[in-house]
Amino acid sequence: MISAPDVVAFTREEELEDDLYREPPLPEEYSVPLFPFSGQGANPWAKVAGSKFTRDFILISEFSEQVGPQPLLTIPDDAKVSGTFDLNYFSLRIMSVDYQASFVGHPPGSAYPKLNFVEDSKVVLGDSKEGAFAYVHHLTLYDLEARGFVRPFCMAYISADEHKIMQQFQELSTEFSKASECLKTGNRKAFANELEKKLKDLDYTRTVLHNETEQQKKANDKGYYTTQAIEKANELASVEKSIIEHQDLLRQIRSYPYRKLKDSEFHPYEPECALDQADVGSNQDPAASEPGETPLYTHLPSYTPKLIKAKSAKCFDKKLKTLEELCDVYFFTQTLDQLHHIERTFRGDVCYLLTEQISRALLKQQSVTNFLFEDVAFMDEKPPEKQYRSCQGLGQDVVDEKCMDESLAPKVVISLGSYKSSVECVPIKMEQEMEDSEEPKMSVMSEHQENLDYLDADIKGSISSGESIEVLGTEKSGSGLTKSESQASLPVMPSPQAGRSKVGSRRTVSEDSIEVLSTCPSESLIPEDFKASYPSAINEEPYVDDNEGGLRFTPRANPGVDDGQDDVSKQESLVQVDAACCIGKESPNFLEPLPELGQKPCEEDGVVRIPPQPYRPAEQGLRGGFPSHDGLSGGLLPYELDSRYLSGSREVSKSSLDECSDSTSYISSAASTCSDRTPSPAHLGSAAGERHRKRAGQNALRFIRQYPFAHPAIYSLLSGRTLVVLGEDEAMVKKLVTALSIFVPNCGAYSKPVKHWVTSALHLVDFQKWKLIGLQRAVSPAGVNVLHALSRYSRYLSILDADSKTLRCPLYKGTVVARLADHRTQIKRGSTYFMHVQSILTQLCSKAFLFTFCHHLHLPISEREPEESVVSRRMNFLKHQLGLANEDIKIVQYLAELLKLHYIQEPGQGGNPLLRFDYVPSFLYKI
Amino acid sequence: KSSVQTIGEEQIQNPYTELLVLKGHQDIVRFLVQIDDCRFASAGDDGIIFLWNAQTGEKLCELHGHTHKITAIAPFSSSDVTEENTDLIITASADRTVIVWDCTSGSQIHKVSCFHSTVKCLTVLQRLNVWLSGGSDLCVWNGKLDLLCKTSHLTDAGISALVELPKNCVAAAVGKELIIFRLSASNDGSESWNIHEVKRLVDHQDNISSLVSVNDLIFVTGSHIGELIVWDALDWTKQASECNFWDSSVHPDVQPEIKLSQSPHETSVQHLTSDEECVFAAVGKGIYVYNLQMKRVIACQRTAHDSSVLHIEKLPNRQLISCSEDGSVRIWELREKQQLPAEPIPTGFFNMWGFGRANKQASQAAKKMHENTPVYFLELVGDLIGHSSAVQMFLYFGELGLATCSADHLIILWKDGERESSLRSLTLFKKLAQNGDLQLKL
Repeated sequence: MISAPDVVAFTREEELEDDLYREPPLPEEYSVPLFPFSGQGANPWAKVAGSKFTRDFILISEFSEQVGPQPLLTIPDDAKVSGTFDLNYFSLRIMSVDYQASFVGHPPGSAYPKLNFVEDSKVVLGDSKEGAFAYVHHLTLYDLEARGFVRPFCMAYISADEHKIMQQFQELSTEFSKASECLKTGNRKAFANELEKKLKDLDYTRTVLHNETEQQKKANDKGYYTTQAIEKANELASVEKSIIEHQDLLRQIRSYPYRKLKDSEFHPYEPECALDQADVGSNQDPAASEPGETPLYTHLPSYTPKLIKAKSAKCFDKKLKTLEELCDVYFFTQTLDQLHHIERTFRGDVCYLLTEQISRALLKQQSVTNFLFEDVAFMDEKPPEKQYRSCQGLGQDVVDEKCMDESLAPKVVISLGSYKSSVECVPIKMEQEMEDSEEPKMSVMSEHQENLDYLDADIKGSISSGESIEVLGTEKSGSGLTKSESQASLPVMPSPQAGRSKVGSRRTVSEDSIEVLSTCPSESLIPEDFKASYPSAINEEPYVDDNEGGLRFTPRANPGVDDGQDDVSKQESLVQVDAACCIGKESPNFLEPLPELGQKPCEEDGVVRIPPQPYRPAEQGLRGGFPSHDGLSGGLLPYELDSRYLSGSREVSKSSLDECSDSTSYISSAASTCSDRTPSPAHLGSAAGERHRKRAGQNALRFIRQYPFAHPAIYSLLSGRTLVVLGEDEAMVKKLVTALSIFVPNCGAYSKPVKHWVTSALHLVDFQKWKLIGLQRAVSPAGVNVLHALSRYSRYLSILDADSKTLRCPLYKGTVVARLADHRTQIKRGSTYFMHVQSILTQLCSKAFLFTFCHHLHLPISEREPEESVVSRRMNFLKHQLGLANEDIKIVQYLAELLKLHYIQEPGQGGNPLLRFDYVPSFLYKI
Repeated sequence: KSSVQTIGEEQIQNPYTELLVLKGHQDIVRFLVQIDDCRFASAGDDGIIFLWNAQTGEKLCELHGHTHKITAIAPFSSSDVTEENTDLIITASADRTVIVWDCTSGSQIHKVSCFHSTVKCLTVLQRLNVWLSGGSDLCVWNGKLDLLCKTSHLTDAGISALVELPKNCVAAAVGKELIIFRLSASNDGSESWNIHEVKRLVDHQDNISSLVSVNDLIFVTGSHIGELIVWDALDWTKQASECNFWDSSVHPDVQPEIKLSQSPHETSVQHLTSDEECVFAAVGKGIYVYNLQMKRVIACQRTAHDSSVLHIEKLPNRQLISCSEDGSVRIWELREKQQLPAEPIPTGFFNMWGFGRANKQASQAAKKMHENTPVYFLELVGDLIGHSSAVQMFLYFGELGLATCSADHLIILWKDGERESSLRSLTLFKKLAQNGDLQLKL
């Protein structure tokens, strides 16, 4: 764990309150941050605008052809969440965006109705009146009975925090696309079924009509047609036309996946459950749905056709299908699952999410050590695509290669310089791309921007207009925007604008203020733009050559310029980069805005990529804590040896500890309904992990406060000696085991070697497998055996007796554990303590990594060098270089041993678990 | 309560700080045999033979073929005409079959099932490229499992131990008797051998429980009631015998309670091993060192373990390893103490061992004759606790470690943690170089 997301909100804001910092400033680590909105005297965690809902939720609405926009359901399905928020009103808002001109019906020049396969559109809009901001994902579903066969729906992620929506746009878009794809897949299936039924009906009707006509013909030998006969013939003709139309529709819907597969951007929905695979396959498999093939009537053999009346019911009489009916039930539930997943994923404050994402992305690259103390669960998960880019800000191709390299290769590269540059430099600016004459739609506030407008202004500060809907980043305007790859999590500071920016950044507050910030165009409208709007296509643009410009590496040597900046500027022309560097050096604070430097922080696709920077202090805090943040772009691993990191780790941990301890809100946090304080499990399945962390942290805190011998116990765990918690009461033992489990290093990429409760006698094999065991003390004869086994294997064990509150284990005289488990710690929250522990453990990991991968510490430098000198060199390194004392050496040695085993272990092979131990005397500790 | 010496948790001289548990057997593991430098086979009551890598603990193969427990196992490297050395192992089982296995492929090469009784011991005469099976009779086989010759039915009890002697002779322990057989090539055929009884030695009062060849001149037998006889390997005469060296009468100072507890079972010579100078005998719970030159016990540890010692082995570095029914393995070192007569001996120190005072007495008694006789004692330098049941046998692999097998169905590989750690480092850097990850910027 690299980050401490809880802490980031406390980091200081420099720019806003510049005047206040004129006095001799406190050392950085002691300064109390000023909340940017303090002028309003508001609770820092309160929403800027009093939103009417308690936390983020997902809303599904439909633009019903009968009743207009209507909300269908919310996720979570809890009235408390949406509170007094007017769902109907908001549905109207989000559905009122004319997002697409999808034409369905009879296009001119076409004989048959044509289905338009409309791409979903993704819109961000805000309603300042409601205090709600939403990512809106429009999609259309097919319904035979609907007007034009389409039913427009939308899914909206509604949050009070606009910046969250903006920063997480890519992720939201990805996740919602999955949900949408799932819905649409089910819908296509249902639609095809419906068509087939309809065709059968029509077929049946035709047969009936045909027979009737024949009968009439036979009955009528007068040689002329009766009006009746003519009517019948007309009817028959219309039915036949209808059949052809419907067949065509069926062909179209069936051919859809086939056509789409050619499109590289299309990711067919793959059901996780094999249950419906066959069904889906018939829709998805291109072979099974050849275009132009006649409908297969074998699909629903049991269906009994009905006679279709020539005149269908009036459309307002019939009841429209529900969403569940429109899609398959299976797909509907799948979609709901996905939406629930989205809701869980994006729960919580945006800075938390960002930190989480960054730390996860970074952790993933620590492929050598991350297994030791990290949750195993998320390691396997695929990272959201953006994370790499956000960390590295490079072109995607380059990034992918790099990521691949780095994740595979622990580079034993020691570079102090580049680390420094990434820490000390100040993130600065964006440049304007000059190629376009169009007015930049985005303007950026200067530092002196008022707090009030702070949030809105720097991102989307739109050109004032009296209109209530400000379309900022539609595809049209998108083409004129810069292609900067600046990502949400990159702390790219907006460039100050000339006076215009101030004006521009003030948003018009109008009665009906809906700001459509960006949309993705539908393919049917402008396919070319659509393609180009995908980030992956960016590298194909001509200016990609600029990537090769050596200049973008110049900031590396220049501590005044941020790496992040060159990530941004790499897309710019060389001249601009150069200018940027100069600016960076000369006026880091941008007190004098440069007139040319207008900013257009929008991407080609119209997605606003410039982070709104609502928590700029947080970002800076992150930078300080994330040495590898920018190091990545320099091809360096997070393991770069940084003297400060290693030797100053105590200070770091102290300061973080102090910051945490300042938090007085922990008591109220549980009761707080503010979405900010809602714990944010950023990944599916980690919700439980989050809860576990919290509980484990809390229990661990209690443990270190209650037990004076916590240190040797923790030392046992860290040095790989199995700790047995012995007790009669299962709950108490389990609690202790949970508390201590956070100190247990993983032995491999499996679950933690922790066994919460054992009732039978332990055996040697158990000590290989488990490093922390909860053991039942029983008075039965079996219990005697249990105790006997304990005393027999006592040399491999530390025994914590929960009943008599004693501990029998080796002596510990080191210092690491004291930092890890200070019983006088001021940390009060479990999750904070958990993160504190994680940060110290991460330091240990880095030491272990260094120790493991220093060649000369393990192998002789020259052939003739005796083993003894290697040993002494090794001990010297541990003691002096890594600053370890006494037993701390054993901890690092044990971790190093685990790293070695992990690294040399062949993939796929479990590897024999081995038990390492020392012959050291144990002592009995009592309270 | 126990007079067994304990060492405590601090064992500086104990190199084994890492262990691997090898699981596979489903019953008592009784036999471990070394195949080559890094492989060994294990066999036991489940009738399965496993081959293991002694370095990694990797299971190399499982040999299935016997339906009953394995009673004897012997490695056999057959040198064919092609001079291709194939590592074979011969196993005998209570199902009255003997199977020859190829260790490399794990395949069954030959199987013989014409035995009238269970084969209890197997001996390979590498020199003659034949092997012998001992049950109720003694059979001689060649590498292809052709029966070359056999003796007449000896006893129902069968041969309990076999040892090769010089001049194509074999000593077989049959009950209380020791029978010397001689193998001779028959005059007519080239491939056929004859076996005939040469001598029958009846000096033991009880069943012979162990038989070991010390060198080309001497072999030693031990019996169930604690007799130890040293034989001349050439003319099969008794050179020396130690009838009741365990007896308190030799050591008059021994505590009475030990005397009382001496039962025949506790005096049984379970296992014998030797180096050039001494014979090491596992007698009951104790270990005795018998010097062949001095013809007397020079050191002993009366209660080396909590229960019977099942196997002992001498290591090159003056160390001795013993394993016992109590589930522990102990490492001893034979130390020499130049004892000055006037030196006061802290009794508490020696009391712990149950031997020190006796030795002191003995040395004082012997002082008149040998002023400078060095005094030896066995010092416990380490113990290995891992098995939960009797440790049947162990196999010393030098620096690769120690393999122990036990009635708890497990085999444990004990390893030198330091060495393993540096080996892993070596592997690590090899792999780094291999993967091209090692980009040292100097």
